[in-house]
Amino acid sequence: MSGALKTEQEIEAGRQRLRLWVTSGPGLVWIMLFLLIPSAVLLGIAFFSSDDYGAPVLPLSVQPFQQVAGYSLLGWDPGNITIFLRSLGQAGTATLVSAALSYPLVFFILSQREDLRPLLLLFIVLPSWTNQVVRTYAWLELLGPNAPVSWAAHLLHAVPPDLGLAPGSFAVTTGLAYNYLPYMIVPLYASAEKLDWTLVEAGRDLYASGLRLFWHAVFPQTLPGLLSGVIFVAIPAFGDYVVPQLLGGDKALMIGSLIANQFTETPDWPYGAALTIIMLVFTGMGLVGFRILTRKLGGAEEVTI
Amino acid sequence: MSASVPTATLHPPKRGAISIRGITRIFTGSTPAVDHVDLEIHAGEFFTLLGPSGCGKTTLLRMLAGFETPDEGKILISGKDMEDVPAHKRAVNTVFQSYALFPHLNVEQNIGFGLRMKGVKTPERKKRVNAVMEMMQIGQFATRSAAQLSGGQRQRVALARALVNEPDVVLLDEPLSALDAKLRSELQIELLRMQKRLGMTFIFVTHDQHEALVMSDRIGVMSQGRLEQVGPVLDVYEKPRNVFVAEFLGLSNIWPITPTGPHSAASPIGELGIAAPLNGASMAMIRPEKIWIYNDTAVPKDRANLFLGTVREAIYMGASTQYRIELAGGQSVLAFDTNNQAAERSWRPGEPVAVELKPDNIMLISP
Repeated sequence: MSGALKTEQEIEAGRQRLRLWVTSGPGLVWIMLFLLIPSAVLLGIAFFSSDDYGAPVLPLSVQPFQQVAGYSLLGWDPGNITIFLRSLGQAGTATLVSAALSYPLVFFILSQREDLRPLLLLFIVLPSWTNQVVRTYAWLELLGPNAPVSWAAHLLHAVPPDLGLAPGSFAVTTGLAYNYLPYMIVPLYASAEKLDWTLVEAGRDLYASGLRLFWHAVFPQTLPGLLSGVIFVAIPAFGDYVVPQLLGGDKALMIGSLIANQFTETPDWPYGAALTIIMLVFTGMGLVGFRILTRKLGGAEEVTI
Repeated sequence: MSASVPTATLHPPKRGAISIRGITRIFTGSTPAVDHVDLEIHAGEFFTLLGPSGCGKTTLLRMLAGFETPDEGKILISGKDMEDVPAHKRAVNTVFQSYALFPHLNVEQNIGFGLRMKGVKTPERKKRVNAVMEMMQIGQFATRSAAQLSGGQRQRVALARALVNEPDVVLLDEPLSALDAKLRSELQIELLRMQKRLGMTFIFVTHDQHEALVMSDRIGVMSQGRLEQVGPVLDVYEKPRNVFVAEFLGLSNIWPITPTGPHSAASPIGELGIAAPLNGASMAMIRPEKIWIYNDTAVPKDRANLFLGTVREAIYMGASTQYRIELAGGQSVLAFDTNNQAAERSWRPGEPVAVELKPDNIMLISP
């Protein structure tokens, strides 16, 4: 009777449940093992005290977070705030620079023959297939004291003699923008490729030209790609370790290096963990804020992070 | 009328008059899209460029807008040579086939865009945008985005966005092709009224001959980059110059003819009396609605061009019925008859009839 029907429904429901577990299972296990559990451990460590060797020990304490905010036995120190703001500034500048470079590049590629475009795009992505450390070292050479670029900078009195452009914050900006440029170009290219050129014609028809035409008829259409690019560049640049470590020197310390130091040179695991947690919180807040902004600007459905 | 070129050079050309002289546009590696076209469009005229897709009508329109550069020839708008005038400096506005409304702007902002770019101050701009929205009856959508509008509403916004700038010429690229039949005929009439009221020159591109007939003062029929015929609607339909124009503007019966006298010619359906002087013409054409059909019992006496035949096909179309009548010699003619009688009075397939092709109604055309 109705019992048989119910069983059939139950079997179907069971099948669906099985299908769900089989398809999403491996991904869930992966996320559990390599994201959730380590994050939980990290969060736990952040509430311990540290012993003389920097290892986490009882009693539980909020001291690591106080340390993050700049409080220590010696009183308040703005060092961490400076590093945080510097990281933010570097990430922001690198994002701006890569966006400014991407627009002309993307439209240059789009102006080429259709069969040539994938090749040109490949040239942009190709360098990122080599190790980031190697590429960053190359910049150290290019911007170092005796390199032509630094020599030219001497002539313009931009740097004092005998000092190169690297290490320093200019080199960090350059390195970050260079490293993450493909992540700006690719999403921007994707949305520029779909550009409705009739809208550009409509703009010209309605008396717009030059920059105003770009701003009113082209830019809004590339906004989804640009916003994706901003996320792909700004977030990893904010927490980048390799570039500031190699190109930054002592005075351009960024948050990534600061965290790394707590696990290597001057170990203090709870402090390092607390720094990581706070960075994640700020990144998360940044993303949420960005989402709200994106939705206000409208139509950026490509940004799904 | 036909001597409009010298007149245009004697008198200062009116605002909105267009002179197209020997315009040619060749896209790389193909035959010319537009091939030495000469055309005079009068100020305040509703002019339609009619032709099948790929005939060059849109390319010609785009050259007027400034989106394409002619390879040869000259375009004068309101008497000014457009050679070095870029699109954004022409007193011309386009209504695009896809409407091309800016998705990030609302209706009001879309309409005001051109005025904003021209530097018209906000109060003045608001006033003009509101006036146009009222005229187009879209005031209630002012703050909506384009995505929230129906096709017909978008069409109105696109038209308003062009009209608000008070251009010399409005270019319309198949603006009604995406709309359903009823809305389409409504907007045809509305567009026409708007044009007559504002007195601007409208250049309308379409592949729909019915639309062209309904709306235009004059039509230019294009094929393969060339203008086949330019003239008032009535002339182009009633007196097509060649087979292409005759067939593109509607159904027709076309036969090759060999003159046998000053007003008679041999044709595949038999000897035809033709009113117009033959002058060595090689083709004759008659529109289906110009053919008279009689019951074979009521055939009038002493008339020219009477042929007996049998109804083979009757397609009922509401107001009229389209008949294919097979003549005694095996040739078929296409004829329309208005259904102004009771339904029983129409002819059915198999019925014997007679058709009359009045000599006045037979037109001579070139191949």
